[in-house]
Amino acid sequence: MIRFEKVTKWLGGSLVLDEVDMEIRQHETFCIVGASGAGKSVSLKHMVRLLTPDSGRIFVGDDCVNEARGKDLDRVRNRFGVLFQGAALLQWLNVGDNVGLPLRMKTDKPDEDIDRLVKEKLEMVDLVETFSKTPYELSGGMRKRVGLARAIIEDPEIILYDEPTSGLDPVTSRTIDRLISRLKTDLGVTSVVVTHDLHSALAIGTRIAMLHDGKIVETATPKEFIKSDNEIVKGFLEAQYITTEAEWKRDPSP
Amino acid sequence: MIIQEPEHFEPTRNFVQNTGRHVLAMLRGSGRAMLMLLEAMRDIPHGLSSKHRHDILLQQYVSGVKSLGVLTVVALFTGMILALQTGIELRRFAQEVYIGSAVTLVMLREMGPFMTGMIIAASVGSSFAAQIGTMVVSEEVSALEVMSIKPVRYLVMPRLVALIIMMPLLTVYTNVIGVVGGAIVGQTQLGVSMPAYFDNATQYAQNKDLYVGLFKAVVFGILITTVSCYQGFSTTQGAVGVGRATRRTVVISFLVMLAVGYMITRLFYQ
Ligand SMILES: Nc1ncnc2c1ncn2[C@@H]1O[C@H](COP(=O)(O)OP(=O)(O)O)[C@@H](O)[C@H]1O
Ligand SMILES: [Mg+2]
Repeated sequence: MIRFEKVTKWLGGSLVLDEVDMEIRQHETFCIVGASGAGKSVSLKHMVRLLTPDSGRIFVGDDCVNEARGKDLDRVRNRFGVLFQGAALLQWLNVGDNVGLPLRMKTDKPDEDIDRLVKEKLEMVDLVETFSKTPYELSGGMRKRVGLARAIIEDPEIILYDEPTSGLDPVTSRTIDRLISRLKTDLGVTSVVVTHDLHSALAIGTRIAMLHDGKIVETATPKEFIKSDNEIVKGFLEAQYITTEAEWKRDPSP
Repeated sequence: MIIQEPEHFEPTRNFVQNTGRHVLAMLRGSGRAMLMLLEAMRDIPHGLSSKHRHDILLQQYVSGVKSLGVLTVVALFTGMILALQTGIELRRFAQEVYIGSAVTLVMLREMGPFMTGMIIAASVGSSFAAQIGTMVVSEEVSALEVMSIKPVRYLVMPRLVALIIMMPLLTVYTNVIGVVGGAIVGQTQLGVSMPAYFDNATQYAQNKDLYVGLFKAVVFGILITTVSCYQGFSTTQGAVGVGRATRRTVVISFLVMLAVGYMITRLFYQ
């Protein structure tokens, strides 16, 4: 579905991605984990061409993203829904207008239809009651869910999540995890989750990739991941107090 | 695409190299700002659709109506100062009545558009830069891009249209208030009666003076939108960057307005 071929990126005078190769398959929930500043957001932004690699290529399906422009780029981007780290809601629009913005700007659908679709998506994130609130009246977790509703308003094939649980308390984080799993089953989407929260990655991921010093040092299923021999992965697991299989369990009820 | 990745150069102490970099960066910035302006101009026809009408009206309200208070004060005092300064000199020749034409001509040709431009650059332009800069920093502009909503059409075009419409209107307002300010000073300080003042003003001021002033106002409106939105879009490094974008907007707008104002005057009054 998404394929990185030797992607290299320099930013601010440092090498952020160093010949990264990875392949994300259809319908999987691919988690990219790593310390802050490891280049997780940077790799996510490459997928929708918010950044262009210095060398290497990125494919989405059969399209090479780093050469796409104009209509081709719009078509590729249309396959994606993106939840940004801070939700990136427009502050002067209320929740309903934020979620419906892509439809209002790009289609000629009448307002009633847009409102109906917006309510439908807000229903999926359990936030219909916030329809006419402004973003700053919402908590961090609610804002991310609204951001998610906006990401799925155009029924994307792929959803990208940038740190969906960062800055949230553990209970809210697990709510978001369940939501990600539910959207995957309900909508049949491919998900890419960038996170430093290993609990979350282990709970929802079908595969986990560890990014360190601009390289992918491990790609494995959650079961293999916690048993990894890689020193960097071990250190990362220990730092989050995950040492044995007994200490985490996959969410049984998505 | 206007979201550009920041260029990075190894720091250098070489004076020539540093100067060269600054000059190149400035030229590159001006070029990009021009491209952004062209894109926004091309999008103006979209402003007629119902999708953008609300945004344009909102920007007109924000930039126009909300600036009236400060403009009134600035215009009134500009007119009063002009009348007083010229009146004191003219009194030596017993020609005080000529403050009518002096104030009116200076307001119409120069001070009206320039004062309006200054106030709008400092209040409205800086807020454009801060708002767009904040949106860049909080990834809202990236979100628009990913949703294939063109940031220039959605953010710059409505502001451009709003200022192109509001700047001449506000300038007319500034002109009127300034001329009235001059009349008040004439009446109270210099012994020039109001009818004499306005007679003198209408005798010498021509339509051309008004039109050239309004032309300047439109050009200033375009300059302010271009500088402020471009600075907003090129914001990097979080809140510090937003502050820098705001400051640059005000400084660059002032400089560019002075230079362009001179050129327009030169063009129409040889
Ligand atoms: N626009 C930029 N300009 C300069 N450096 C950047 C930029 N974006 C990211 N970086 C650098 O790239 C590295 C990776 O950033 P990022 O992908 O955001 O990290 P994270 O893994 O926490 O999401 C960081 O060291 C950051 O400083
Ligand atoms: Mg990040």
